[in-house]
Amino acid sequence: MAGSIKTNTPPRWLLAELTYACPLQCPYCSNPIDYARYQAELSTEDWLRVLTQARKMGAVQLGFSGGEPLTRQDLPELVKHARDLGYYSNLITSGYGLTEEKIIQLKEAGLDHIQVSIQASSQELNDHIAGTASFEHKKAVAHLVKKHGYPMVLCVVIHRENIHQMAEILAMAEELGADYLEIANTQYYGWAHANRDLLLPTQEQFVKAEAIAQAFKKKVEGKMKIYYVVPDFYEDRPKACMNGWGTTFLTIAPDGVALPCHSARDLPGLDCPNVNDYSIEEIWNESKAFNFFRGKDWMKEPCRSCDEQDKDFGGCHCQAYLLTGDMYNADPVCSKSPHHGVIQDAIDAAAQSSLAANEKPLIFRNSKNSRLLS
Amino acid sequence: MPLDLDQPIHFSRTHRLQWEEAQQKQVILYPEGMVELNQSSAEILKLCDGTRNVAQIVSDLEQKFATAGLTNDVTAFLEVAIQNGWINQN
Repeated sequence: MAGSIKTNTPPRWLLAELTYACPLQCPYCSNPIDYARYQAELSTEDWLRVLTQARKMGAVQLGFSGGEPLTRQDLPELVKHARDLGYYSNLITSGYGLTEEKIIQLKEAGLDHIQVSIQASSQELNDHIAGTASFEHKKAVAHLVKKHGYPMVLCVVIHRENIHQMAEILAMAEELGADYLEIANTQYYGWAHANRDLLLPTQEQFVKAEAIAQAFKKKVEGKMKIYYVVPDFYEDRPKACMNGWGTTFLTIAPDGVALPCHSARDLPGLDCPNVNDYSIEEIWNESKAFNFFRGKDWMKEPCRSCDEQDKDFGGCHCQAYLLTGDMYNADPVCSKSPHHGVIQDAIDAAAQSSLAANEKPLIFRNSKNSRLLS
Repeated sequence: MPLDLDQPIHFSRTHRLQWEEAQQKQVILYPEGMVELNQSSAEILKLCDGTRNVAQIVSDLEQKFATAGLTNDVTAFLEVAIQNGWINQN
């Protein structure tokens, strides 16, 4: 496989998926469909060691994620260790179970920012999508995050069930005083892939929502920053996979498996290493998984001779695998891909599904469904 | 938000300015992001401690580096910094 060890850049971003446990059941969850198989969780000592090793290599942005990271009782201890090491630590939470007391405790431990996800702008839809009555509490949490001096990032995942609320979602972000708003168009992996026919908006819906979001972005310029995650099914060039495989991002799954991207667990033959067996440095520099798509030697046509290969690195391997069955193919989102037609097929299938008389129900992300589907 | 030449400037409470050993650089950290700074930008930001206005920052830098004529460069950078939310006034 490609990749000269000498030229590796060190990891900058460490995503610590502390647990797959979550009180919410969002049907677009990015955790693997078969997450219920992975019951083991790293111990506190393991996480402390991982944080130390990755920081030593140069990782600086740290995301505590999951599942719901608040379900880990040792979170304040991990946050404190992260702060002592000089990480900028981000808590990526549903807000469920977050009390004022905990917000203060985490602040004292050195947490830098809290990102709260809200599923919609109305209680009914939020609670339906989350599979849990959580809307009012999430809004209260957003206020508390601000009150205690954290930069407040609101994250809303956009899909067909809530895209019509774009204007209301933006107004809600403004009312809550968000410093940053992440408008994340659903990326179709894991649970979102399984529910794609029900989640993928039509092009018309997307264009309308994007226009509203862009106008809002201008309006709040200087007050609120907008991160807009593009819906790549409506683009003709793929996203730059993880800023380049094994160049920037390191994800550690709850059971200690190290992943070059948080979906890579689903790719065949990577033999992703576990932090119980190897140091972060060994994993980053020497493992098969992290060298798999480093550089360009893996590329087939049309990527191999493409003049945009340094810009998007061939796009997303997980998407190529999910949609074409071959992870070495160009991301089919790219209009140069011979498989690009599968994207239009997916769009058509979703549009048809929305017109069908008896629409199939959303598959919610929970352990029962995980076991059924794996 | 325009830069007020008279008001003292402080570094944003919701960003962090930090030396990164691995990169041998000062960086600004904020939610999900990082900006790598060159040396002169870092020197300017280190003086944004809520006690100095633009003129005082310029004069401190000119003194520290035994030079003159930094006003335009420093002001231009501070304009960018305030637009990005790295610094605040009042």
